[in-house]
Amino acid sequence: MSLYREQGIVLRTLRLGEADRIITFVTQGHGKVRAVAKGVRKTKSRFGARLEPLTHVSLLLYEGRELDIVTQAETLDHFRSIREDLHRVGRATSMLEAVDQVSQEREPSPRLYQMLLGALRALAARDSELVLAGFFWKLLSLEGAHPVLEQCASCGTEESLEAFDHAEGGVLCRSCRRGVPISPAALEILRRILGGDLAGVLDEPASPATREVEHLATRSVEHHLERRLRSVGVLDGA
Amino acid sequence: MYASAVQDLIDELGRLPGVGPKSAQRIAFHLLKLPTEDALRLARAISEMKARISFCRRCFNVAEGEACQICLDDRRDASVVCVVEEPRDIVAVEKTQEYRGRYHVLQGAISPIEGIGPEQLRVRELLARVQAEGITEIILCTNPNIEGEATAMYLARLLAPAGLKVTRIASGLPVGGDLEYADELTLGRALQGRRDVES
Ligand SMILES: [Zn+2]
Ligand SMILES: [Zn+2]
Repeated sequence: MSLYREQGIVLRTLRLGEADRIITFVTQGHGKVRAVAKGVRKTKSRFGARLEPLTHVSLLLYEGRELDIVTQAETLDHFRSIREDLHRVGRATSMLEAVDQVSQEREPSPRLYQMLLGALRALAARDSELVLAGFFWKLLSLEGAHPVLEQCASCGTEESLEAFDHAEGGVLCRSCRRGVPISPAALEILRRILGGDLAGVLDEPASPATREVEHLATRSVEHHLERRLRSVGVLDGA
Repeated sequence: MYASAVQDLIDELGRLPGVGPKSAQRIAFHLLKLPTEDALRLARAISEMKARISFCRRCFNVAEGEACQICLDDRRDASVVCVVEEPRDIVAVEKTQEYRGRYHVLQGAISPIEGIGPEQLRVRELLARVQAEGITEIILCTNPNIEGEATAMYLARLLAPAGLKVTRIASGLPVGGDLEYADELTLGRALQGRRDVES
């Protein structure tokens, strides 16, 4: 049992008892951490809004057997421009949900933490369908599910690639095609995202191809997680 | 593990909000030790409540009968509606004695992480009221957390074409608190919502 310092992003919160919450963080050095924040639901709580989902915080935690205890929290970034835009809240929540699913308690994954932080910063700077898509594709790649994009995942030809299949793990040619169709423009964006040009891709204006890439990314993450992401589409009509 | 009647009770208690398996077990054994009359009083209170209380047809506040006490009170201003997440929020607003309008209970808040969207809330009913009741102002009084803010943003956008006054309760510092302990988000909102000081 000891105190330790961490930086983390609040993924979700769960009410506990009268005034407490269990806060789930993804942290820089301890992977996913679940910790109790006492009295946080009271309006006069010293934590204020610091332990709301989507906040990047610097923490002092007391290590417990099952759950840790939050003793101090300082805001590093509360991503206000995301919070004040319904669509961005929806996209950010989908990222938090996916990270909650893939991260393991107390198993460090600094890369995952950095990716989420980077994606939230990108989303705070601009609302693009490709921020979420880019994050999801990189997440899949980190998870070892890097899709085959340069050739048909089934027969190996580089010609007329026109479908994408999650089970095959990549694109398929005209004769092998299964899964969903993919447009040449969407395939090009996908190649750039995974080829290291995410920053350049974020400048692309919204188009049917960007929407296609976002949709494909979501379905691929869901296929990988073997479950639906609850937050996807909730705010689509909003 | 336990006699099935005890296990049934533990399972039922465990479904209550904020009650985990351990607390459920503790409450069940507490009830087991209680004199029969005391335990039955609790059972009766629950069944009485379920028999007599339901939700107001207009505003979804708790009500005995078809309409709640507030909707039945004709001294209340029918042109102003305060939108809250839960009936218990009405109790909190009423305690301020600052408000004389009516309410609308959404029965929840938009929560993307829980997969709860506007369709699962009493939003359609609110829109219907705007047209039917001659409402001129709507106060969005959802919680100042991520779900409550998302709900308020959604409703503000939805209600904009109706051409009525839509306001959001101010967020700010707790009275009696110290500025230095305020978090940046709260303090930022307090600055945004600053008002003139009367002199
Ligand atoms: Zn092929
Ligand atoms: Zn009523």
